[in-house]
Order: sequence, then structure tokens, then C-alpha cells
Amino acid sequence: MFTLKNVRYKHIVKVDNLSIESEKITCILGKSGAGKTTLLKLLNKMITPDEGTIFFHDKPIDTIDSVALRRQVVMLAQTPSLYPHTVEDNLQIGRLFSDKAPVDVDHLKRMLQIVELNKALSDEVDTLSGGEKQRLALGRMLLMKPDVYLLDEPSASLDEQTANLIIKQVVEYTKKHQKTLIMITHQDTIAKRYADTIINMVDGQLVQGGGVRE
Amino acid sequence: MNDIIQLTLYQLGAAFIFVIVLLIIVKIRKLKRETLLIIATLRMTVQLVIVGYVLVFLFDVSHPLLTVLVILIMEAFAIYTIIKRAGKHINKALKRIIVISMLSGTLISVLYFIVVVIGLSPWYDPQYFIPIAGMLIGNAMTGISIGVNKLTQDMTTHKASIENALMLGATPKKASKHLVDQAFDAAIIPTINSMLGMGIIFLPGMMTGQILSGVSPLTAIEYQIAIMLGILGSVSLTVLLFVQLGYKTYFNDQAQLKYKE
Repeated sequence: MFTLKNVRYKHIVKVDNLSIESEKITCILGKSGAGKTTLLKLLNKMITPDEGTIFFHDKPIDTIDSVALRRQVVMLAQTPSLYPHTVEDNLQIGRLFSDKAPVDVDHLKRMLQIVELNKALSDEVDTLSGGEKQRLALGRMLLMKPDVYLLDEPSASLDEQTANLIIKQVVEYTKKHQKTLIMITHQDTIAKRYADTIINMVDGQLVQGGGVRE
Repeated sequence: MNDIIQLTLYQLGAAFIFVIVLLIIVKIRKLKRETLLIIATLRMTVQLVIVGYVLVFLFDVSHPLLTVLVILIMEAFAIYTIIKRAGKHINKALKRIIVISMLSGTLISVLYFIVVVIGLSPWYDPQYFIPIAGMLIGNAMTGISIGVNKLTQDMTTHKASIENALMLGATPKKASKHLVDQAFDAAIIPTINSMLGMGIIFLPGMMTGQILSGVSPLTAIEYQIAIMLGILGSVSLTVLLFVQLGYKTYFNDQAQLKYKE
């Protein structure tokens, strides 16, 4: 699905060779400052590499329209932004952003269950805690149904138990719908339990046979 | 209508008593504003005397090129003021957008107003053209200044939310829509508010001036209504152009946020 060849971005990312398979779960491990987030941003073209080429389905991504690419390869930031008003508005806004028709209320309610968010659709987002906001943003992203999900530490503001539950749900959802999931995490346990492939990053480079199936 | 009372130099001098009273108060209260107050009074007097003679000259000569020149000087001054007020927050591209929006927004409104609304003949008659253009350009300047301020601030403080929207597949236009709308709104609200208060809370300067110079209040309000609508048009057109073009300077052709220019 993704192939990276001699990719350089500032002094943050130096990846000579990397393939990411489709319909698999890939975890990126590494300390903060290792270039994990930058790598994800390169994949959905939020930034452009200074050197090298990134291929998406064998096509160099600089030949693909950025917005069109991001609608297939959606990224969830580590601190996702919520937008004004209600839980419902925020669930729908992802689809609105990517020009997709809104989904019905039943769909929305089911999504709240998947991400374990015990809130009413009409609740104002200002009343949500950090963890609840994170789960809402995750639900918003899942509803967009792209081909690839890029998650930047989706469990960052969740306690370990909730984090495990949520990630399990997301992984199941991805597998059930045959999607690709690329996820940054700092928890080895999560990576080992769910990943088909683990990428280790140190100082922007892949180490210990990154990209090799465990 | 009565003839206008011409002020003698003594009468005009008597008005300066207000400044002297304020100077005494400032001195007693040790506010250290004496110099500024004196400079402001002198500048106001000298600038207006010069403008008075310049206008007399322009009205006497009444030449299209001179009228156009005056308008261009006004535009240049307005644009300079906007850019200076905006300070360091704006990049080159945004400055260019300010120039384009001010010139096209105000000139279209002024020409429409002069040709269609007033039906001025000759079109360049400085007695009408200059004050009307001044009001339309001046108000557009205030409006666009607010718009520049709001847009540049919001695009910086809400960078994360724009970036998040882009990550979710939004076009730059969609990602910044609410900020663009808010900037437009903030810029036109003062004009709308002044329309609401007009005639009740205050009598506008132009109307007061016309009444003082012997024009019937009924004629004066006709002009005032027309000019107020002209101002509304000029402010909204200018600000609309600015925000619609301005937000684009924050993105590159890859629909990515520019980090630094």
C-alpha cells in the first residue's frame, strides 16, 4: 500500500526503505522526538518530503491530489480538535469535511458504543473530559470509512484499561471492514498484542528490522 | 434656510479655550499629556487649513487627472495605515491581498456610487467625488483593519483545528471557513451598528456639516442614507475580497499549511 524510498524530511525522518501492507495493522514504536508523528504526516501529505518518494498503491503521492489522498488516508492527531457545539456535530463533521453524506442517528449511536462514549448526541462537547474528547474524535474518524486510518497515539489521554478496550474495538472494526490501520503507540504491550507489523523508530530512522512482520 | 454664520478669527480663537482648560486639568493632575495635546491641536489645525486651501484649489481647477490623483493618494494612505496597524503579523502575500482588495473594493463602490447613485456630471466633479471617495475609502480601511487583525490572529491560534480538519480530508476552504466567516462578521459589525444608532444616538458628521452649511435636513438625510449604504457596500465588498483571498495565503498548492514564510 505505502512504499517509502530514501525519504528525508528535515533532520526528523530518514527512511531508506519501508513498505506498509494494506489491510494490516502496523504499529510505530519509538520515544518522543523519534519522528513518528512526522512519518504519519508524510503519509497523508500534510507535509512533503525534502527528498525521496512515497508511493501509495504504486503511485508517487506527489502526483495524487492532497485532499483526495487525505480522504482515503485519514489521520487522527494526538490532540484532536473538536469543533463547536454537540457530540453529534462532531461525529458528522468528518464526513462533512470530506464531502460525504451525513449518517443517520442509529449509526451515530452505535459509534458512541464502539468508542465507549457514554454521552447523548445532543451534549455540548465543552462538557467532555480529555479522554472523552479523544474517544469522540476516534468515533468521528471511524465514521468517515476511509481505506487507511492513521492514528497518532489514540490512547494518549486514556487510562490503560480504557485504552486497551478502545484499541481492541478499533482493531476489530478495522479488521471487520478490511481497512488498514497505522498506529503510533508508546506501549509495547499494545503493539505486540495487535500489530501484524511493528516499526521501531530511533532518531528518525527505522531500527531492528523495521517493517518486518513479527 | 438661514445663511451660514461665517466664523471670524476671534470666534475661532475662542474655541481654543477648550484646549487651554484641558491643558490646565492635565497639568494639575500631572498626566504628562501636555506635549501630545499641544501637538495634536497644532496638527489638527495646520492639517485642516492646508486641506481647506488644497480643496479650494482642486474645486477651482476641477480637472479629472487631479481628482484621480487625490483618490490614489487617499488609497495609498489608507493601505499604508492598514499595513502599519497590522504590524509584523502579515506576510508579503497578505500585503498584496490588502492592496488588491482595497483598490478593487473601494474603487468599484465609489464609481458605482458616483455614476449610478448620484449621477454626477462631470463624473470627476471634485466637490462630490473627493468627499464621497474619502468616506467610502476611510470606512473600508477601518473595516479591513479589523478583518486583517481577526483573520491573522485566528489563523494562528486555531492552527491546530485547521490542521485537524485538513487531516480529515477538508479542503483549505472548508478547513478555514468558520474563521473566514468570523473575520468577515467582525469587520462589518461596526458599520451595521452605526446604522442602527444613526439619527438617534448620534447625527453623522456629514449630515451635521450639511445642515450647518444651510442645506435642508431633508436633503441632508437623503445624502446620509445614500452614503451610509455606499459605506456598507464598500466595507463589505472590500472585506469580502480580503478574507476570501487572504486565507489562501496560509496554504501552499499542496493544500498544506505553510509554517513560516
